[in-house]
Amino acid sequence: MQLIRRAAVALLLLPATAFAAVLPDDRADLLYHYYDGGGVTIDGPSLLVRKKFAEKYAVNASYYVDMVSSASIDVITTASPYEEERTQYGVGFEYLRGKVTYAASFSNSNENDYNADTASLSISQDMFGDLTTVSLIFSRGWDDVTERGDQTFADQIDRRIYGVDISQIATKNLVLGLSYETITEEGFLNNPYRQARFVDPEAALGYSYQSEVYPRTRTGNAISFRGRWYLPYRAALQGDYRFYTDTWEIQGHTAELSYTHPLDDDWTFDVHYRFYTQNAAEFYSDLFPREDFQNFLARDKELASMQSHTLGFGVAYAFKPSMLSFLEKSSLNLRYDRIRFDYDDFRDLRVTGVAPGTEPLYTFDADVIRFYFSGWF
Amino acid sequence: MRIARLAAAALLLVAASGCSRFEPWVKPYERENLADPIMAWDRDPVSSSYMRHVYDSREGSRGANGGAGGGCGCN
Amino acid sequence: MKTILGFRTAVLATALLATAWPAAAADGAVPAPQFSLASRAGGEVSLADLRGQVVMINFWASWCGPCRQEFPALDQIYAKYKPMGFTLVAINVESEKADAEKFLSATPASFPILFDPDNTVSGKYGVSAMPTTVLVDRQGRVRWQHRAYKPGDEAKYIEQIRAALREKA
Repeated sequence: MQLIRRAAVALLLLPATAFAAVLPDDRADLLYHYYDGGGVTIDGPSLLVRKKFAEKYAVNASYYVDMVSSASIDVITTASPYEEERTQYGVGFEYLRGKVTYAASFSNSNENDYNADTASLSISQDMFGDLTTVSLIFSRGWDDVTERGDQTFADQIDRRIYGVDISQIATKNLVLGLSYETITEEGFLNNPYRQARFVDPEAALGYSYQSEVYPRTRTGNAISFRGRWYLPYRAALQGDYRFYTDTWEIQGHTAELSYTHPLDDDWTFDVHYRFYTQNAAEFYSDLFPREDFQNFLARDKELASMQSHTLGFGVAYAFKPSMLSFLEKSSLNLRYDRIRFDYDDFRDLRVTGVAPGTEPLYTFDADVIRFYFSGWF
Repeated sequence: MRIARLAAAALLLVAASGCSRFEPWVKPYERENLADPIMAWDRDPVSSSYMRHVYDSREGSRGANGGAGGGCGCN
Repeated sequence: MKTILGFRTAVLATALLATAWPAAAADGAVPAPQFSLASRAGGEVSLADLRGQVVMINFWASWCGPCRQEFPALDQIYAKYKPMGFTLVAINVESEKADAEKFLSATPASFPILFDPDNTVSGKYGVSAMPTTVLVDRQGRVRWQHRAYKPGDEAKYIEQIRAALREKA
């Protein structure tokens, strides 16, 4: 669940890839995604279709499924392995008038203990000789949280996102981007299944669990810069940086470097490296000194002090499919990422027989694969 | 009165210069490289929105992923 | 009588409104900038040679989606109005020919294709959008410009061509 929560927001906010004075080409993508790491395996399909009409209107629809098999460290130490499925549908509309694109979209994500509805509006305009594109985005989310095994529990989250994105052509070979987003959430913001732990000399393990208690609000701000540079022999190099800070006192830095290299007209290769670091939320602790130590208690590793490193590769092959003659062109793509998650203050509780608080720090690797077919018509 | 004059003058200058009079330093016919598909911020929206979800559900940071603009600047 | 705007402001505003075009003739038409460019069919084509015909100049590139979309419509217009003293030249603005050739081998065009690889002609015509279509009358004056292309714009082109064809050289 924690794995999946907020996915509706992330997945819905498909990037506005519009070249603002021309609607993007008609396309259909069929993707198979696979994640395996930390005892969790999630895979499933993802489908997106978009079509434009009279170069003025465009419609898109998406379908996504996560099939989860979870024996994660949290699940193993406090519960038992489970399987579940999450399904998400999305639909979007775009209207282009002159240099302005208006877009609206809606998505719903549903699993047996979580339902999320998200609606977004955006307006995007080209200006200053079409060198600058400015977009404003507003998004609203309504989540319903329940708990398997407890019929009495039900709560909500209300989410608002405001964002601005500026893209600026700097030279014939360089485009720059700047984004700012503020996200406010109110409601039940933790995971009903997660537990915090505290020192308990009377317990067999030396520690006991209690329910997490989170604040009922969270406001985060993120600002990012990026640049994409065309190399003279036909390749592209991109650098990204994002800084995030929120009212839970989490600060995160994300940096990414990626390189795209086409070969002839058919093959495209990608390689990228991503680094992420964050410090723990103010009310997070791997081990509290006693029960009810403070007003808010969290032991969710997502809020811990951590780093992640990702190395990823991608290869795409473009071809004109003879069997699907309605497609102008298509490509077959494979992307693989290896992510290493390192925690500075989240310990591996599968290791027992040591003094509480001296268990080894948790670390795990994940393999993420995307295999997909894209067709343009 | 002087301020009103200056404001009116400024407004006239802005109206006269306008967005259409702006002389871009990269002309529309020089955007060949920028229009190349490899220069798109996001060539595979389905794959990248999936990866965003992978990170957003495991890390504390969210947002500001960006993505519009660039490209051929046609029309 | 006091005016809100001083004389100086008015002069400044007028100066700003001046365009890069050569000074307009009394009736507002501007002589089309001359050019002589290499043609895909071999040799060179210059605007002076086409004097007496109605000339439609289309600035295009293979990387420009709306430009590619426009080609079939331009082909039809060329075929229909050529016998009446009309010609269409499509000036390709790319720095190298390879991509244009690739596009043209898949989408043949019957009208002349010229190459302006160093963009001097694009600059002279003040091309500010891709594609740009310019109509030059029989006397070699620019009468009409159209920026960008959306399906249906060819009706506007035809309207302007027919009006220009009715005029005497």
